[in-house]
Amino acid sequence: MPLLRDIKGSFQPFWVTLRNMFRKPVTVQYPEQRPELPERYRARLILTRDPDGAERCVACYLCSAACPVDCISLQAAEAEDGRRYAAWFRLNFARCIFCGLCTEACPTLAIQVTADFELAGRDPLKLVYEKEDLLVDHCGRQPDYNFYRQTGIGVTAPRGGNPGESPPVDVKDLLP
Amino acid sequence: MTEQLIMLGLILVKLLLVFGVILSMAAYLVLAERKILARMQLRYGPNRAGPGGMMQPMADLIKLLTKEDFVPAQADKWLFLLAPGLSALTALLTFAVIPFGPPLQIFGQTVPLVICDLNIGLLYFLGLSSLAVYGMALGGWASNSKYSLLGAIRGLSQLISYELAMGLSVVPVVMMARSFSLTEIVLAQQQIPFALLNPPAFLIFLISIVAESKRIPFDLPESENELVGGFHTEYSGMRFGLFFVGEYINMVILGSMLTVLFLGGWSGPWLPGVVWFIIKVLAICFFFIWVRGSMPRLRYDQLMNFGWKVLLPLALLNVLITGAVLLWIG
Repeated sequence: MPLLRDIKGSFQPFWVTLRNMFRKPVTVQYPEQRPELPERYRARLILTRDPDGAERCVACYLCSAACPVDCISLQAAEAEDGRRYAAWFRLNFARCIFCGLCTEACPTLAIQVTADFELAGRDPLKLVYEKEDLLVDHCGRQPDYNFYRQTGIGVTAPRGGNPGESPPVDVKDLLP
Repeated sequence: MTEQLIMLGLILVKLLLVFGVILSMAAYLVLAERKILARMQLRYGPNRAGPGGMMQPMADLIKLLTKEDFVPAQADKWLFLLAPGLSALTALLTFAVIPFGPPLQIFGQTVPLVICDLNIGLLYFLGLSSLAVYGMALGGWASNSKYSLLGAIRGLSQLISYELAMGLSVVPVVMMARSFSLTEIVLAQQQIPFALLNPPAFLIFLISIVAESKRIPFDLPESENELVGGFHTEYSGMRFGLFFVGEYINMVILGSMLTVLFLGGWSGPWLPGVVWFIIKVLAICFFFIWVRGSMPRLRYDQLMNFGWKVLLPLALLNVLITGAVLLWIG
């Protein structure tokens, strides 16, 4: 009976809306209540340090190349001990889409995401973060990774000095 | 002489009171609608301006007043500027004939709680409710925008679909009360309201006033999702505000008319008459909001079909049957 169905269909929504009126709203009252963010939430980016306190970034430009909106720019430089670092590192949060591709590209886990999403401001130029603004004094989400200990061959530690690395082989004594 | 002065003073006080109450009621209806709709959708609604969002109407007013009053380049300027006022004015004028309480005794004078007890109050209401569509139609036409024009045309076609049924649904009321005066109609319902005596007329009038107030499910002139803003697409600032407020004043007025014609007006036990009247009007306003939260919008051919093929024959039949019953009772 389409008529019966129509009549039922006309009255049911009233019951649904009335019932929902006495339920607790699902809204998070933001400034007072904080939203519960997932563990891997992607928001403001930081440049982390390794466990020894040195900068992790080796200025390889991979983050800049991976960035789909081209919001990262930097200039590489080399320290006297042969260690590469970024002379300047600029990240424009007004353009950043928080996709996290830079963190996936980063071979030294230097650039990382944080859950701090409160970046809004009135002046777009204030959203351009320089290296001093990005650099933090902790290791971020990977607390015990030091790139130079694993693969930085002969740069900061002598060859064979890194954990899990064999000492260099003297090729002459392999001769038959 | 002094008696006349007192009378004049009382009338002025009455006017100001009614004006203030209606306007603040309209302003807070906006807030109430937003909050109630929000709760129906599991949200909180506006709760930032003042305690519990109670200052929201003020904030909206300031926002609307400080916005640019924009007139489109090819618009018919005078009609464009006039239309919102017309829309709010006709809504406000209707309240002149609505009795909102039993006569009051002040300073040895009997003050009827109605601004002007016309003996043809019902016809006055019907006339003004037909005029009310002019604000919308002229505004939509003068904007020189296709969306506004479509909204205005829809408004007019909607008007001719529900207006006849609305007029016919109050005919049984007049027959039962034997008067066109709204005060007489209320007095005729002291024992039992006409909504119980003649439910079909009540239902037809209820559906018609939802259409008259241009609200969901009959908000075709606006239909945000199809026509941008419908007839008020091109309006900004306080002119849009006037349309908006006019719509809510209309809601109060039509709720009052339903109260007066079918729910027994101010009559009710224990509480004073004015309080009963306001309770009934607010209940109807809540019903309007509830309908908005629950119903989808009709297509305009569906509305016209419904108006011409269902409501109008029903209303005619109802007039005939009521007449026959009244004749039979004598």
